[in-house]
Amino acid sequence: MEALWFALAAVMVAAYVVMDGFDFGAGALHLAVARSDRERRQVLAAIGPYWDGNEVWLLAAGGVLFLAFPKVLASGLSGFYLAIFLLLWVLILRGASIELRSHVTDGMWRSFWDGVFFLASALAPVLLGAALGNVLRGVPVRADGWFALPLWESFSPRGALGILDWYTVLCGVTALVAILHHGALFLAWKTDGEVRARSVRLAGVFFPALVALWLLATLATARLTPAIFRALGERPLAWLATVIFLAGLSASFVARKKGNDLAAFIGSSAFLLGVLAASAASVYPTWLESTLDPSFSLTATNSAAGAYSLRVGLYWWPVGFVLALVYFTILFRFHRGKAQAAAEGEGY
Amino acid sequence: MTDPLFWHRLQFGFTITYHYLFPQLTMGLALLIVVLKAVAMRTGKTEWSDAARFWIRIFGLNFALGVVTGVPMEFQFGTNWAAFSHRTGGVIGQTLAMEGIFAFFLESSFLALLVFGERRLGERLHFLAALALFAGSWLSGYFIIATNAFMQNPVGYEIAADGTFQVARLAEFVFNPWAIVEYLHNQMAAVVTGSFVMAAVGAFWMLRREHAGAARVSLATGVVAGLFASMLVASPTGHQQGRLVAATQPVTLAAMEGRFEGGPRASLAVIGQPNVPERKLDNPIQLPAILSWIAYGDFSANVRGLNEFPESDWPTNVELLYYSFHVMVGLGTIFIALMALAALQLARGKLDSSRWLLWMLAFAFPFPYIANTAGWMTAELGRQPWLVYGLMRTAEGASPTVHGGSALFTTLGFAGLYLVLGIVFLALVLREVSHGPRALGAAAH
Repeated sequence: MEALWFALAAVMVAAYVVMDGFDFGAGALHLAVARSDRERRQVLAAIGPYWDGNEVWLLAAGGVLFLAFPKVLASGLSGFYLAIFLLLWVLILRGASIELRSHVTDGMWRSFWDGVFFLASALAPVLLGAALGNVLRGVPVRADGWFALPLWESFSPRGALGILDWYTVLCGVTALVAILHHGALFLAWKTDGEVRARSVRLAGVFFPALVALWLLATLATARLTPAIFRALGERPLAWLATVIFLAGLSASFVARKKGNDLAAFIGSSAFLLGVLAASAASVYPTWLESTLDPSFSLTATNSAAGAYSLRVGLYWWPVGFVLALVYFTILFRFHRGKAQAAAEGEGY
Repeated sequence: MTDPLFWHRLQFGFTITYHYLFPQLTMGLALLIVVLKAVAMRTGKTEWSDAARFWIRIFGLNFALGVVTGVPMEFQFGTNWAAFSHRTGGVIGQTLAMEGIFAFFLESSFLALLVFGERRLGERLHFLAALALFAGSWLSGYFIIATNAFMQNPVGYEIAADGTFQVARLAEFVFNPWAIVEYLHNQMAAVVTGSFVMAAVGAFWMLRREHAGAARVSLATGVVAGLFASMLVASPTGHQQGRLVAATQPVTLAAMEGRFEGGPRASLAVIGQPNVPERKLDNPIQLPAILSWIAYGDFSANVRGLNEFPESDWPTNVELLYYSFHVMVGLGTIFIALMALAALQLARGKLDSSRWLLWMLAFAFPFPYIANTAGWMTAELGRQPWLVYGLMRTAEGASPTVHGGSALFTTLGFAGLYLVLGIVFLALVLREVSHGPRALGAAAH
């Protein structure tokens, strides 16, 4: 039962990264791929129907953790205190910039919120990538299950720990480039004209950078936490995930070259899903690895809610999950085809 | 002041109060928009669809602010109240997860379709989008209130060997009697906010002789809904809520009334200042025996006073609790009177020309926000000193590893960010109101 909820939480996190990832990417890119107000509004039209729903995957993932692994949620959120608030403030500014921009047509007003939208969209994946880096590296969980990390300390993953060190920043930058690549492929799929052309071109720039950074991050992870790599080798699910992300990465390259934008975006989605699935399969059952003593680590078994909680959750949770899939299917079908800048007052 | 608990309480109190300025309007408006759209579909009258279009724009702006200020709330359970989340997650994790998966997905998926999709969707589908937002926002309200109800009146749980609370009977927890009463009371109060705002804008346009059709529709809808909602907030929902407090939190009831001496035929304070050091109510003007009747349905019932409880179990801020409760009740009473008067004039066909009444309606809209806030302060200050009533004290719930410096830093950060957002928001809403309703497909400004 704990394993199932661990998997469900991982699925929700991965879905969040894939879904909000494309609108983070679009936001981080929009200054580069969309020059005029009309083009900016085309980008906003492409992500407009989805971004709010995409963010809900984060809340729903948090909900799964709260329900199934309350100790992990409590220890993690309070331990990463300042980084969590940075992320929350970035998400506030991002949502506000999308909404507020469209209310006034003034050029300065729009430039201001475009700038906010860019900064917030670029910062969010860095923070989320660094969060994944922290989970892989481990945090100083104490015997009582709590920990506290400052934003930075020695910038070394082996010295006095902080949330940011060279390794977690590397993870953050890798995540940013992965999301830029993902967002560029999404825009290539959902827009046309100049915006699409620039997006395809930029995806071509991000791809080699992503491969290089990803290799670097993988090597660093292998050196820092060899246990994760041993587990990766021993678990068929992790192999499957590895196959998926390698196939996805290749597909995103080949399909882009062939001009099949949708296939390239799906490839990028498979890459992100696969990387996260492989990470989850390798760290299982550990949620938060303790750098002080492995026996202090928070795991799916020692931090799960009661058996009844986990069982009764399975009665209603899948219903909600299927409904969410239905809503998104409706949205994507309704907005199929290329997005065009909306008339003023009828879109972002 | 270096005590992190103080900053945790201040931060959560501030961010939740600020956040709730938006959902109380959007939940109220969601219902009224469904009504406007339904009448527009039935009658085909353009003033109803014009009014609906205007209110959907206001709804969208408020909803967006509600979303961005709401996202942090779910995380603050873990960041600032980690010990609480750990201990109660086995129970309230259920409703918080339900809120995400049943309510947030529904709202967020159809928001853009409601706000931007009128032309593409056509009348019927656009109406469905309005229904989806109504259902989603009201569902969300229920799940969060069921969560709060567990803190007020814990049911359906068991205490595990490690001291954590675990849900033992899901239906008993989700359908906590406190949750049902609190929900109905709260939703009616949200409709009061929605209808007062709608009536205020209608009255404002009417006074300025602008947008005649949408003004009349907004005013009439706001007044009729405002009258019903104001009455329903007081009775039966408010009354039932009072009886629940009397039954489950008698010390809270005593503090809400500044009642130190217990006894039968308890009087209800209309005016007075609680003097906690001397344990009495200064300058009281009271209605004899009314409190006994409200609390127990019997004019001669005994209502206990604070003196009968150990001071360690008293709500930590008796004075503020007392004023919050009285502000809520006082304003609620005025709302009924104002809306009854307006509805009377409306029925006589004289509201349009009752300029003094229109002035009052145009400037009454802030007071439901104050009353809603005071109501929630009554609930939450009244719950003190407990996080989970009778089981877990507030001081036990704060994050064990977050120090005061961090908690103050984030509190200040929220204060600055929300100040800026609030100013921008107000400017945009005023712009929309002064511009008035747009025709379908008309360009923005």
